[in-house]
Amino acid sequence: MEEQVDIQQIKPPTYAKGPVGWLRENLFSPWYNAILTCVALLFLYFVFKGLLTWAFTEAEWNVIPANLQLFAIGPYPRDQVYRIWICLYILSVLLGLSAGVWRGIVQRWTIVVGSILLVFLVIPFEIVQREDSHLVSIEFRFNLIWLIFESRRWLLGDVALLIGAFFLGQRITRLRPWILGGWVLSFPIIMFVLHGFGENAVQTSMWGGLLLTLILAVFGIVVSFPLGVFLALCRQSKLPAIKWVSTFYIETVRGVPLITILFMGSVLIPIFIPYFTIDQVLRMMVAITLFSAAYMAENVRGGLQAIPRGQHEAAQAVGLNYVQSMMFIVLPQALRSVIPAIVGQFIALFKDTSLVYIIGLIDLFGVAKSIITNPVWLGRHVEVYIFIALIYFSFCYAMSKASQEIEADLGVGKH
Amino acid sequence: MNENTTNDPIIICEDVHKWFDDFHVLKGITTTFKKGERAVICGPSGSGKSTFIRTINRLEEHQRGTIIVDGIELSNDLRNINLIRQEVGMVFQQFNLFPHLSNLKNITLGPMKVRKLSKRKAEEEALALLERMGIADQAYKYPSEVSGGQQQRVAIARALAMEPKIMLFDEPTSALDPEMISEVLDVMRELAHSGMTMLVVTHEMGFAREVADRVMFFDEGVVVEEAAPADFFDNPQHDRTKLFISQTLQH
Ligand SMILES: Nc1ncnc2c1ncn2[C@@H]1O[C@H](COP(=O)(O)OP(=O)(O)OP(=O)(O)O)[C@@H](O)[C@H]1O
Ligand SMILES: [Mg+2]
Repeated sequence: MEEQVDIQQIKPPTYAKGPVGWLRENLFSPWYNAILTCVALLFLYFVFKGLLTWAFTEAEWNVIPANLQLFAIGPYPRDQVYRIWICLYILSVLLGLSAGVWRGIVQRWTIVVGSILLVFLVIPFEIVQREDSHLVSIEFRFNLIWLIFESRRWLLGDVALLIGAFFLGQRITRLRPWILGGWVLSFPIIMFVLHGFGENAVQTSMWGGLLLTLILAVFGIVVSFPLGVFLALCRQSKLPAIKWVSTFYIETVRGVPLITILFMGSVLIPIFIPYFTIDQVLRMMVAITLFSAAYMAENVRGGLQAIPRGQHEAAQAVGLNYVQSMMFIVLPQALRSVIPAIVGQFIALFKDTSLVYIIGLIDLFGVAKSIITNPVWLGRHVEVYIFIALIYFSFCYAMSKASQEIEADLGVGKH
Repeated sequence: MNENTTNDPIIICEDVHKWFDDFHVLKGITTTFKKGERAVICGPSGSGKSTFIRTINRLEEHQRGTIIVDGIELSNDLRNINLIRQEVGMVFQQFNLFPHLSNLKNITLGPMKVRKLSKRKAEEEALALLERMGIADQAYKYPSEVSGGQQQRVAIARALAMEPKIMLFDEPTSALDPEMISEVLDVMRELAHSGMTMLVVTHEMGFAREVADRVMFFDEGVVVEEAAPADFFDNPQHDRTKLFISQTLQH
């Protein structure tokens, strides 16, 4: 009995402490781990050495600021740019109001957007752009300050509206239904403002750059989601006709590459329906949406199948009808369990919009291509590709991050 | 007969048949339940007890015979089905609470969407029901955060919130640990004394003896024997019933 250790005296087992201890434990023991670590470090060293040396010495980044407008809006007429700002104003007001009214995730993301706008407000792109010109007179410097202010008037107004709307939303929370209505209406209104009418109309063939990419992606995401849910519900229907039509649609679309569907939209529709021209961009919007909806439907169906029969029965037993039990019981559970798959589909759609370049639209990727082929920027293709890759990445990463936050908010996996 | 039982029939079943594909599950059930009556249904596994009470709120469709609930005949008419589901509450063996909603919202959903109550009124009623179930302090938790016995009482409150005239219980205590069974039986006992018409599938023979007006014994899709609990337990007529009673009382 005397040999027994007093239980009160037992200490928790000790592990190596501090960064050195962590390194030794995780990266250098046992011996084969140490070898792997060294190989990995060497590899990283060579890759990054090359990349960083290139980025800071050889690369000529002025191709980016010089073409910033082109990246943003493509060939959209420069004297009509105010319309784009009007659209951004509409969106900023809605976003600010939503952040004020709903708080939580919306507010956090509005702060992110606002910060990015503020950064744009203070980065002096113009200086970089004119570095290699020889005009460094006092006069030019003065002009430059004016120019910097001048080109930021709109942005300044945008930030002001965003902040103002935020504080307004915080005070008047009963705006909720109006704000939702506003979001729904904002898309057609924006399309109308961008297009305009009469002499000053801007044909969609002049829409381009990130603007076009975002229009295609946002429309695709916002419309293919409910369409996908609808198709998934139809595929589960007890009525054979509805079930077969929906299954046929989903399987057909999933069996065809997106590029084929885009070509069909672009080339075949005008041949089959010659009397009646539908706008090219509109056709692409519809094609991308219909394509994505088929995949969305299968993602949603996966979620629907995971809902136990008892949930349907309990919903029926409290007297909910089919629509109510879907809306309040089945879909909320089904959708939240497949958020990762749904957002994966959104991300794929966002990147797939770059395929419209092949049928002649000048989206973000198209702009990159056109800059590279411009003799002025000969040899600057790596810089351009890295830049647009970063843009695509930022949007996709933001979607992924937002989906994680939404999952945490909904308590996925907890209840 | 208990003090609440009347002579008005509220559920009338005439020669009810049900098949699952070729499998004949209910083979002609004819019986009448009166307003305020408490019937306990027992019988071996697979005898069709669940199927029978599920035909009464049409979670299962019967294929022959008629069922009339509170004057409304069950048919494929969706309006009738929805009317009946508002009059008939159901409690499941596995609770079937909605996991994405708090206990309170589980209860208020039906009243708000079907009875069209305001949110405030519905919450008031729900809190009163939770109080009656003895779990007022669990209102804002999620079902996964409370014990099985508490979940089942939330489920009972959810059914009662629709102000049904009839309550169906399908083995409400079979999924519970022994120490939680009594808390659920207590609220069912209280409910019985309040005059609710109750059809209870259960193996809790103590509860049947104490509360039931009638015990029905199902076997292979027919009602083999039905009697008041005293007669049923002490003086069973059929061999099949005798065997069943001796087997259940052994545990
Ligand atoms: N949806 C269904 N499809 C096919 N057969 C079914 C279905 N539901 C039940 N059955 C069968 O019908 C028979 C009666 O089932 P029921 O659930 O009514 O039995 P029970 O008396 O409630 O039994 P238990 O005490 O095990 O709950 C069983 O043999 C069962 O396998
Ligand atoms: Mg059963």
